[in-house]
Amino acid sequence: MADTSLQVELVAADRVVWSGQADEVVARTVEGDLGVLVGHAPLLSVLVPGVVKIKAGAETVVAVVEDGFLSVADDRVSILSEDTSLVSELDRDQVQAELEHARSADDTDAVLRAEAKLRGIELA
Amino acid sequence: MAASVRELRAKIRSTQATKKITRAMELIAASRIIKAQQHAAAAAPYARELTRAVSAVATFSNVDHPLTTEKENPTRAAVLVITSDRGLAGSYSSSVLKEAERLTEKLRAEGKEVDFYLSGRKAVTYFTFRQREFVQSWTGYSDKPEFANAREIGDTLTSLFAQDESSDEAIDPARAVDELHIVFTRFRSMLTQEPDVIRLLPLEVVEGTETPDESELLPLYEFEPSAHEVLDALLPKYVNSRIYYCQLQAAASELAARQKAMKSATDNAQDLIEKYTRIANQARQAGITQEISEIVGGANALADATAGQE
Repeated sequence: MADTSLQVELVAADRVVWSGQADEVVARTVEGDLGVLVGHAPLLSVLVPGVVKIKAGAETVVAVVEDGFLSVADDRVSILSEDTSLVSELDRDQVQAELEHARSADDTDAVLRAEAKLRGIELA
Repeated sequence: MAASVRELRAKIRSTQATKKITRAMELIAASRIIKAQQHAAAAAPYARELTRAVSAVATFSNVDHPLTTEKENPTRAAVLVITSDRGLAGSYSSSVLKEAERLTEKLRAEGKEVDFYLSGRKAVTYFTFRQREFVQSWTGYSDKPEFANAREIGDTLTSLFAQDESSDEAIDPARAVDELHIVFTRFRSMLTQEPDVIRLLPLEVVEGTETPDESELLPLYEFEPSAHEVLDALLPKYVNSRIYYCQLQAAASELAARQKAMKSATDNAQDLIEKYTRIANQARQAGITQEISEIVGGANALADATAGQE
């Protein structure tokens, strides 16, 4: 294999959130958690709101995505989501407030999103 | 005479004040265009990847999806008109509205009913003033649209279109549409922006976004869970992304149009100031000349009178 690492792009609708070389990507799809390593077969998959982990060397980038897609081709991984952010950009108190607001408003989607963000913060 | 000089001075002062305002607006628009272009550039990777994914699914599976299927007898079309919230942008909003009228006539001639969805306060004012009906409107963001705005519009319009498939959506069946058109302004360059129409649904062309290189063949994708479900999730996002693209183009066009309009307003103000200054100077000079000739005339008459007495 000429290339030994994955070229990863994490893209939100209005910006590129993270891009760079990585060894492994773990994301949660509708069929369950999915890990992508170098040499993975071309794949298009639907993501559920959750945490995406990108391992680059000793470093691990943790991001939270809303529903979106994962596409893998030729060791290029693109993770697309209309709303995605790195955990390091999130603030726990703010997310907590968001979660409570979503719960009181009975907005299931928003609850799921906020819970995913919290999970991400705890993992990091 | 003196009164008219004073009037002219007042006019010059007020024109100078107007010029300052239009000049400031020109500069503000100019700096915002750069931001708008940066936003458009930042949104490009998402649109590009999404387009790649859509074309991959479309190439490797022949799944029929309600969003891509032409209705046999389209009877109702939705038209989304994207205008600005504020005026002072030359003919920006009115040319979009004119284009929308043309499209409406064409659609009506084809026997379709037209439902209007408006974005931007100018379109809303246009419709309410003429007491014409529109279904829904969104305002308050025209010069710096965010993705959330596009998503709100996209979700609404997609649900209208896909209504017969996903019956869980609580929408008035009379509002269900068979086609969706967008009228917006395409940003060609700082100097040219032209109103344009695209038919968004049923999906047909993939335009405006970069197509992958010829050499870069699309790989044979596996779809998880299935091609149909992937497409199901992809297409509404694609629609939202297209709407966002249109809004960004419209925002850049609005700012460019405003900059141009304000530039010519500033130039006109400068011309007016020069013209008024000239007239004022002439009037002042005429006043002086008249005073001098009156004094000379008076002095002469006095001299003649005293000469006659001696």
